[in-house]
Amino acid sequence: MYAQMIKSTGKGIKSLDEMDPEERAFQERIDAGGKIEPKDWMPDGYRKNLIRQIGQHAHSEIVGQLPEGNWITRAPTLERKAILLAKVQDEAGHGLYLYCAAETLGVTRDQMTRDLLSGKMKYSSIFNYPTLTWADMGAVGWLVDGAAIMNQVPLQRTSYGPYARAMVRICKEESFHQRQGFDIMMKMANGTAAQRKMAQDALNRFWFPALMMFGPSDKDSVHSAQSMAWKIKMNTNDELRQKFVDETVPQAEYLGLTIPDETLKFNEETGHYDFAEPDWEEFFQVLKGNGPCNTERLAARNKAWDEGRWVREGLLAHAEKKRSRKMAAE
Amino acid sequence: MSTDPKFEFLCRMGDNALVLGHRVSEWCGVAPVLEEDIALANVALDLIGQTQLWLSLAGEVEGAERDADKLAFHRDVWDFRNVLLVEQPNGDFGQTMMRQFLFDAWHLAQLTALIDSSDKEIAAIAEKSAKEVTYHLERSSDTVIGLGDGTEESHRRMQAALDLLWPYVGEMFIGDEVDAAMVAAGIAPDPASLRAGYDQLVGDTLAAATLTKPEDDFAHKGGKSGARHSEHLGHMLTQMQWLQRAYPDATW
Repeated sequence: MYAQMIKSTGKGIKSLDEMDPEERAFQERIDAGGKIEPKDWMPDGYRKNLIRQIGQHAHSEIVGQLPEGNWITRAPTLERKAILLAKVQDEAGHGLYLYCAAETLGVTRDQMTRDLLSGKMKYSSIFNYPTLTWADMGAVGWLVDGAAIMNQVPLQRTSYGPYARAMVRICKEESFHQRQGFDIMMKMANGTAAQRKMAQDALNRFWFPALMMFGPSDKDSVHSAQSMAWKIKMNTNDELRQKFVDETVPQAEYLGLTIPDETLKFNEETGHYDFAEPDWEEFFQVLKGNGPCNTERLAARNKAWDEGRWVREGLLAHAEKKRSRKMAAE
Repeated sequence: MSTDPKFEFLCRMGDNALVLGHRVSEWCGVAPVLEEDIALANVALDLIGQTQLWLSLAGEVEGAERDADKLAFHRDVWDFRNVLLVEQPNGDFGQTMMRQFLFDAWHLAQLTALIDSSDKEIAAIAEKSAKEVTYHLERSSDTVIGLGDGTEESHRRMQAALDLLWPYVGEMFIGDEVDAAMVAAGIAPDPASLRAGYDQLVGDTLAAATLTKPEDDFAHKGGKSGARHSEHLGHMLTQMQWLQRAYPDATW
């Protein structure tokens, strides 16, 4: 997932009767579970919305390399280092498929990159939190990838073909990521007193930011209805958040860790856990750029891009030279 | 010589892979373009995997109950046996890729020779690693050519990287008593015997890259013997080994 607060450009949902024939055929195809492909007609709003959503997802994968990359050089064993490297590499790969999916909608990767670097396009709020101990590598895999999977699994059925297909591949890898995160947490939770302390501390710091990943409560989520009608959003924010809490609480119990929410309680009537809302003021501040690491994350991406310019230009110039030499020889 | 030459030799192979793998992994998430992020992570992953194989075998040969992790994370600078080239800092992307190329060209020649080693375990690791390193060399030489023969700026930067790193090339070909023992046992080639092929390959690549090989073949040494590493390795270890040393009782 990693898409939050995607602004819809539609002016509310039209009924089938209000649509012109083209749009009606489009909506009926979606309603029947069909896929929309790049060359098919689609409403402008659908296209724009998808570009924002897929772009934000891609940017999240790219920026998401940084908090985990932060620990690759300090990984505690060769095997953990290799697993973490592979995981971060997968994320770069996910970024690549997603940029390709977005490009089928008529936007270039360069344009999206410029919009990320200028701050115009967003990435998930979660990556603006710091990773402070090795246990955070566990918590990120377990909670952050766990939350991402909640949203991404249904997106395999999303109406836009290239996005759905990218998501199939991504989901396979994400579930591996979540398992390795949980595995780190198990080692830590069953380790020395210091390791248990790290594990609990990581859970304390990542619990509410993970809940925020699903976006604001449905009652405040103004753009959901159109996205759901278009099947580019498959469940509401609150449904997914509840599902995440219901699945994660028993896992925390199994680890012997305490979720930092005193109000957390299983509700016999609903069959779900009742839990405290995250601090939405903090969430909106993070989106505005005031999270603990917004400045560093964007600065790191800008530095990488700026310092890589000569490399991109050099390789491009070489490719041009090769082509003209080949043409001259023919 | 106080330690078993085979143990020393295996540490040399393992530490080259470990130190270079670590250096390459420092690029994670900040490469010039997404495809390079993926490729650099691939190379680092291969090298860390090779480290596990070499250092595990070193630990077995030593017989002192040190496994690959113990060797990687609980030795100090003087016990590392990597060549000086691989511990040199990343610098810019050009410097990283030049270092990679100069090492890959030696590494592939060394591994190819080791496939015929009298030691079956060493031959097996070499065979697996050579497949990976063939790709590393293909990629690093393509990049050196592309950037050497790219823009004026990329050419200038690649020439500067070559000038900076060339004095670290010679060490890979200087033999010592460990190498002599390996040659005598039919385990590994004489380092000097790899030089002609290396010079040919590197010469061809640098020519295609329009880069000029420095005339002076002066060689810094002291890495593979452990006698005198550069200051850079210690800083690398403070990061790489911090967690294991701060929490020595923990398993991860």
